[in-house]
Amino acid sequence: MSSSFGQARVPWKRRLLLFLLWLLPWALAAAPAPDRPVVRLATTTSTDNSGLLRAILPAFEQASGYRVHVIAVGTGKALRMGRDGDVDLVLVHAREAEETFVAEGFGERRFQVMHNDFVLVGPPDDPARVADAPTVDEALARIARARTPFVSRGDDSGTHKKERALWRDAGIQPQGAWYLEAGQGMGRVLQMAGELGAYTLSDRGTWLAMKERLPLRLLFAGDPRLFNPYGVIAVNPKRHPNVNHSGALALIRWLIGPEGQERIGAFTLEGQPLFTPDADPAQLEALR
Amino acid sequence: MTDLAEATRHAFELLISGDADLWRIIAISFEVSGAAILIATPPAILTAFLLAYGRFPGRRLLISLFSTLLSVPAVVVGLTLYLLLSNAGPLGDWRLLFTQKAMILGQIVLAFPILVAMGHAALQSVDKRAWETARTLGASPARAFWTLLRESRFGLLAALLAAYGRIIAEVGASMMLGGNILGYTRNIPTAIALETSKGEFAQGIALGAILLLLAFTLNGLLHHVQGRGMARS
Repeated sequence: MSSSFGQARVPWKRRLLLFLLWLLPWALAAAPAPDRPVVRLATTTSTDNSGLLRAILPAFEQASGYRVHVIAVGTGKALRMGRDGDVDLVLVHAREAEETFVAEGFGERRFQVMHNDFVLVGPPDDPARVADAPTVDEALARIARARTPFVSRGDDSGTHKKERALWRDAGIQPQGAWYLEAGQGMGRVLQMAGELGAYTLSDRGTWLAMKERLPLRLLFAGDPRLFNPYGVIAVNPKRHPNVNHSGALALIRWLIGPEGQERIGAFTLEGQPLFTPDADPAQLEALR
Repeated sequence: MTDLAEATRHAFELLISGDADLWRIIAISFEVSGAAILIATPPAILTAFLLAYGRFPGRRLLISLFSTLLSVPAVVVGLTLYLLLSNAGPLGDWRLLFTQKAMILGQIVLAFPILVAMGHAALQSVDKRAWETARTLGASPARAFWTLLRESRFGLLAALLAAYGRIIAEVGASMMLGGNILGYTRNIPTAIALETSKGEFAQGIALGAILLLLAFTLNGLLHHVQGRGMARS
């Protein structure tokens, strides 16, 4: 190998080689830099893991020339990223937290995009008998009374906030060995519930996406209080002047406009639609 | 629930069929970790050399410091850099958060202590007279440094491989700093974390198999090189 080089000539050639190798990563790092302007969207695991965004966003990217970087985390963290100006817009589902986000001036305005609903799932033999509960309050009360395990997200996500509100409204302070706070995403919590034979609250999308692989059954749904609306909010450029505000608005216009709405409605998983588009045309008008 | 054998079989099908997403994830892993190791190595080796041969106050403290940094969890590195790079943080104007560059930065910080600690050990083990002899014979410091590197090349290579092995398999910092964006900052470890959370065990196993394959190749290479090193002495 090195025998073909004269001893004396080796060092500077090697040094040159090392120097070039050292330069390479800079070239690599620079190469994928913005070929197209990037819009950063912080969203929840429920919209991303279900495959919705991957199905609909390419059409927006094609039409607008923007590239969307999707960062999927819990709603709490997504709003935090928006507050810090680390993303350009958020697509989340926690109505109260969204309104606070706007009221405090971090976000510009909330636009309704779509909704689905939450469902209570649990072991097929339903030991707490939630399946025939008349209301979600009663269903939760039965779980608490029977002290059957319940896995909570425990991660300040939209689903977690909803779950806390439901317990609060039912007048129950969930605690004890049966109430397990996982601190993990929806998918992992469903798996845990499956392994433990526990109940949990899930958004319908993630549930549909995963139910084939879970030893769980949908036991309770349909209470109007399980309604799960999704809103999109652009980060306020007055707070963070360096966000891509025009990109964020372009994506919002597309999501709540006819094409985005149609694509959201047409998205199905295993033959079932996951989200119902419900943008308000008046809001779209206001954006024009 | 799919069992392990089924998931593994599906994993190899995915690999062989050239699943585009999968290979993109693999490519990102190698690009990012490769860039990190190439940037980190020259200054780290220089630091290791100064620690092994320099005479300055605080040298022993620095050596302990770098050894201690070996045990810093990747998530802590990720969190610290996250707070620095966040738009609300002091370096927010760089707009680096959720980019490949941020991931590279995180991995550099993770690789650096390994390179310094192991590089220091390797350089220290070289007979001190190698440096002195070279200098006495009129070699420039740079030339003598080069001789030293050549003398300890097996140990240095081991340091390189160990550092590379850590960063390519690291999930905590990459997840926080890159944001796990598909086709941009989703690498093998963050993809495994995501697929596992979705219950897509086959994808997770496929990616795990690639990491294992890589680790195996690296270790084989390391043993080969060390074997030669031993036969030589």
